[in-house]
Parts: sequence; C-alpha cells; structure tokens
Amino acid sequence: MNRREALSSVALLLGGTILGSQAFLSGCKSTAGDAVAFTPEDIAFLNEVAETILPKTDTPGAKEANVGEFMTVIVKDCYKPEEAKVFMEGLSKLKGTNFMKASAEERTKMLTELDAEAKAFQEKKKPEELPHYFRMMKELTLWGFFTSEVGATKVLRYVAVPGKFEGCTEYKKGDKAWAT
Amino acid sequence: MAEQNFDAIVIGSGISGGWAAKELTEKGLKVLMLERGRNIEHVKDYVNANKEAWDYPHHGRKTQEMIAQNPVLDRDYPLNEQTYGMWVNDKESPYVEVKRYDWFRGYHVGGRSLLWGRQSYRWSDLDFEANAKDGIAVDWPVRYKEIEPWYDYVERFAGISGNRDGLSVLPDGQFLPPMEMTCVEKDVAKRLQEYYKGQRAMIIGRTANLTKEIEGRSACQFRNKCWLGCPFGAYFSTQSSTLPAAMKTGNLTLRPWSIVTKILYDKDTKRATGVEVLDAETNKTYVYKSKIVFLNASTLNSAWILMNSATDVWEGGLGSSSGELGHNIMDHHLGVGAGGRVEGYEDKYTFGRRANGIYIPRYQNIGNDKRDYLRGFGYQGSGNRGGWGSNVAEATIGAAFKEAISEPGGWSMGIMGFGEVLPDHKNFVTLDKTVKDKWGLNVLKIDAELKENELKMRKDMQADAIEMLTNAGVKDVRGYDANGVLGRGIHEMGSARMGADPKTSVVNKHNQIWDAPNVFVTDGSFMTSAACVNPSLTYMAFTARAVDFAVSELKKGNL
Repeated sequence: MNRREALSSVALLLGGTILGSQAFLSGCKSTAGDAVAFTPEDIAFLNEVAETILPKTDTPGAKEANVGEFMTVIVKDCYKPEEAKVFMEGLSKLKGTNFMKASAEERTKMLTELDAEAKAFQEKKKPEELPHYFRMMKELTLWGFFTSEVGATKVLRYVAVPGKFEGCTEYKKGDKAWAT
Repeated sequence: MAEQNFDAIVIGSGISGGWAAKELTEKGLKVLMLERGRNIEHVKDYVNANKEAWDYPHHGRKTQEMIAQNPVLDRDYPLNEQTYGMWVNDKESPYVEVKRYDWFRGYHVGGRSLLWGRQSYRWSDLDFEANAKDGIAVDWPVRYKEIEPWYDYVERFAGISGNRDGLSVLPDGQFLPPMEMTCVEKDVAKRLQEYYKGQRAMIIGRTANLTKEIEGRSACQFRNKCWLGCPFGAYFSTQSSTLPAAMKTGNLTLRPWSIVTKILYDKDTKRATGVEVLDAETNKTYVYKSKIVFLNASTLNSAWILMNSATDVWEGGLGSSSGELGHNIMDHHLGVGAGGRVEGYEDKYTFGRRANGIYIPRYQNIGNDKRDYLRGFGYQGSGNRGGWGSNVAEATIGAAFKEAISEPGGWSMGIMGFGEVLPDHKNFVTLDKTVKDKWGLNVLKIDAELKENELKMRKDMQADAIEMLTNAGVKDVRGYDANGVLGRGIHEMGSARMGADPKTSVVNKHNQIWDAPNVFVTDGSFMTSAACVNPSLTYMAFTARAVDFAVSELKKGNL
C-alpha cells in the first residue's frame, strides 16, 4: 500500500474525505507555524487519547509508537491554521475533562461517546465547515500508528524484501494485513 | 579543462539520452553526455531506497516548506517526502502557463528514467498509420516493420517483463516472464474475455522490471520502491542499464551541472559544430565541439534549446523553418476511470508488492467499434485486497476496533484510462520574454490544452470503465473524472515532429533535423502522434535506430 492508499483507507473507515487530504493532495497552504505550539504535557495527553483508541492488547498500543507526538508534528507542519485552531481548541476542551483521572474503561466510554458526537457532527455539517476535532485526533491516531514502526511491524505484518510476488495466497481470518 | 572535442555530444541523460550514449560509445565514438542537473550515482545516491514511512518525520507527507518551494509539483503525487529533491524545484526553474499545464521534470543524471512508471508497450501500425488515415497533422514516415527489430533490440537489453498475448493492437515483444495477476484480476480478465467475446482483453502490465536477472542486474524484489532508486538495479534506468554499458567502453565522458544553452551552428556547412554550456554551479560558459549531436533534453526542453540556437539564421531557432518547432505538444490524458468492490475471495490474499498492474489495450475505433471521436484509450488498473483500516468495525474505539482494522478488508478492482491526445498546431510552446530562471535564462511559455476530441473521449473513458467493471461482476462501481489537464501524464511529446517533408516537419525519418542533418532529436520531441500507450519504449527503439544510421552516415562522410 502506498501513502495515498494508506490515507484513503483511513478516509474510507471514517466514512468520508480525510481531513488534510485536501492539503495532502492539492496543497496545504497553511503557515500555522508559531501559533501552534504543544507542550510535553499535551503530547502525553494525546498519547493517552491515542492509546484509548488503539490500546495495547497482545500487541503494542498507540502510546508505544508515540502517536501523540506524531499528531503534533502533522498539525504544526501540515494543517491549515484554521484546522490547527479546531484541533487546539478541541485539545483544551478535552484536557478540561476528567479524562486523565478516569480509568481505562471510563476513558473508552468517554471517547466512544465523543466519537459518536463527531460522527453526528460530520454527517450534518456543511462541506465548507471544518471537521470535528475528535475526527482529526482519531484519523491522526490511525494513520500515525499503522505507519509507525511499532504499528507496522508488531501489529500488522511487514516484510522488508518480499523477493517475489504471489497474486493468490491463502488467507485465514485473523491474519493481519500487510503493513506496506 | 579536459578534452573539448568529441565525436558526439548527447544532451540529456534520461531514457533516450542514456540509450544514445550507450549506442554511440559501443560503436566506438568518443561521447560527451551533458546533464543539466546533479549527478546521482547508482545505489550510493539512492538515499531513501531502504526507508519506510516511519523513517520520515512526516511519514512521507509533504510539508508546508516543500509546498512553498514547489507549487507545480504540489498539484500531484511528485511532491512528497520520499522523492523530495528528485523532481525539479519550481522556484529555480519556472515556466509560464498560458493555460494550466502541469510540467513535472527531473533535472539530474538519469532524468525521469529514475522516476518513470516503467510500463512498456509497442506501437502497432494502427498507431503509425493513424494520422494518414484520419487526414490530420502529417503522416509518420515509418511503419511498424521498420521499427520492429529495434523494439526487439531495446527490449532485450532493457528487460521487459510481459506475457505474449497475441494481440494485433499491442504486438508481443522479447519478454521476460510475466508477473502474476491477483485472483481478482484473473477472474475479471476471464469475465471480460467472455462478455466481450475476445474483443476486449485484460492482460498483465508489461513493465521494465526484471523478473529474471540479466547481466549485472538483479531480479525485482517486489518492494514497490522503484521511485526511490533501486539498489538491485531491477528496473530499467540510465543508472542501472545504459550508463554502465556506456562507461564500460571507456568512451564516455559524463558532465553533470551542464545546461546546454544552444547548439552551435555553421551556416556555411549547414551543420551543428557543438554546443554552448552554462555550468549550473559556477555560471561559467564552455564550448564543446563534436561531429554529431543527439538532442535528448526531454520534449519541451529540447524545443527550448533549439529555439535558442542558430537564431541568426532563423528567428525561431534551429529547426524552425517548417513553422512546427514547439508545436503539436501532446501528452496522454488520464485521471478518469472507475472502481468498485469485488465480492468473495475472503480466503485469498497476496504476497509481495508488485510495482505493476493490469492493462486493457485499446479497443475503440477498431473493427466494428466506432466512436464519435478519433483514436482511443487503454486502461491501467489493479484488483487488490484492501489493507489495514478497510474494515468498518462495529466498535469505534478500543481493543476490538484495533483488531478489526488491522486485518485486511475486502477486494476491489479499479481501472484508469490513458487516452491519446491528437497533435494540434495550436498546442505549443514559445520562449517567454519576461520570466528568467535561477541562471538568468529565458523560460518556456506553454499554451496547450485538451481539445474537443480528448474531451469527448473522456466521457467514454469513464462510461466504458463503469460498463466493463459492472459486466465483470464488480459491485458498487463508481466512475470519476478528475484533472483533465495536459502534462499530468508526464508523457510530453511532439515539439519537433517527424515527417517526410521539411516544409511540415522538424526531423526526417532518421530523426535528423532537416536544417542540420548532424543533429538527431530522439526524445519525445519527434513524436508525430501520441498513440495511447506509454511512450518510453518507442523512444528507446527510435534512438537505437537513429544512432545506427548516424554512425553509418558519419563513416560514409555524409555528416
């Protein structure tokens, strides 16, 4: 899978166009720059959000791939200023809740509700309206994690040098997807 | 300063320039190959060849800084973190667009041979006879029979993998073993064959990737990282193939950072005498002399060099006497097709990453298939199983969600058209009088667009794609038509077209400029029409043929 396909599969999963794919495909003209700054605390918080979305199971979770930091890099470097603003405001809002103090179960419940809220928002928003901040976080979590070394090699299956191509191999339910 | 006199000078080091250098040096000529950009050494300089997404700060995604520097590249896939620095920096090398024209260039040793799509198809007489039959532009002065042995010759050296499909529209060649289709592709191919009773075919792509090792080059490892440069030398590029062959003769001098500003012309002898070079690093000017010149700077830049040459004799430059220099700009128009879901095959998957797909050769305006436009199109595509993230899980957050989306999704099949663009005098380039590049040189102004024939064709490119996939059992088929803009095919052709008459063409049937017979133009410039297949293999064949002719003429004292 190439990068474009990676992004579009996230879009497919989230049911629509990917945020920043406009930026990705036709150009992100933003200069969010200095206005967008994250603290180590923000990164730690985002790692917890990411870990709740993609938790450690018998394979590593998002925190192990430091997806929180990756989110901040993309928001800073590729988001349009107005998109970055939505992300930052959403982050503040979420930080204002008792998320950090909550148990893993409570966190999952909180984010499941937030995900439903984001979905409902996405469905009725006008095309020119910016996406819900949690949609941004979820999208960056999925893309950041499955293209990270941890996600690609320890959760998905990765072969650096396949050496051959076989167009029709056996697949058993439960086998993971190829990372690349 | 090193030797200033050579038997031959080759301007450009891409696919056709590399071939010219190989053929000329192997025939014993002392050759200087000039490249306007930096050197890229095989393997050593493929800096990203072994990187994965996680090795890039943005996992491959372009940054604002990159976009600011490259507004044109930003229009399509060339701008990304992996191949950054391999495509031309727009700010250093601007051009003027009268109408939008996406020009993606590779200014470095190897040119776009390092970045090409590698699809390699022969023309047939359907293509060579098209202009004559339709009464447009000028007739090709060659036919398939004349070029066939040269296709054989270049295929054997380049290494083209493909299946012998026995189709008259797409002649078979000297193929290495074909790559395999996926189960879905095999199924769709069979259904198409049945539904259209053999009138439409779906074949495995023919590609310049080795499926068996050949001298000094390893077989393809199916990493799908060709565009990063291949440490295995498994696809054809100047670096992997023609340059080592030319170097081996001891007859080649390669000079990077050499912008050819003009071909020097002697009006008494009516011959080129050499070239003037601006050193891109030092801004110093050098003159190199030679008996013959091969012009392989890529279609639009070759026109630029000619327009800046011999302007004391012809205002429009060398080769302009017919009035066709810089005109008849063509490309392949694409970005239109369809795709959908394929049911079943849940117990099947693929292994390895095949940098190739399937091909549906042209079937329009052939036999009883009549359309309301001229020529036609082919499709490239693939049938693959969806990767991670394809499964829409019930859970949206948490462990079950993570498990579900890390499994592969369902299968899908997609095809995208590559359509022929007609040669049109009104699609042209000229020298701009206002804008200068980083070196203070004048730049090209491009005035070209898709015209009525192409726009009509695009409707069918989408409708036929939907129809065929539906008839092959693909579900939820959706069509698309995006970005019908010239240049995006990165197959620019036609600026110095070949013909039988010096009054209406720039080069003759041997690729010699009518006004300077020791100058051979063998990149995409000479293309009299475009066909709908990827053009590079045809440039290779004509280049090898032109060198053979040039050296024999040189020996006879005719140049």
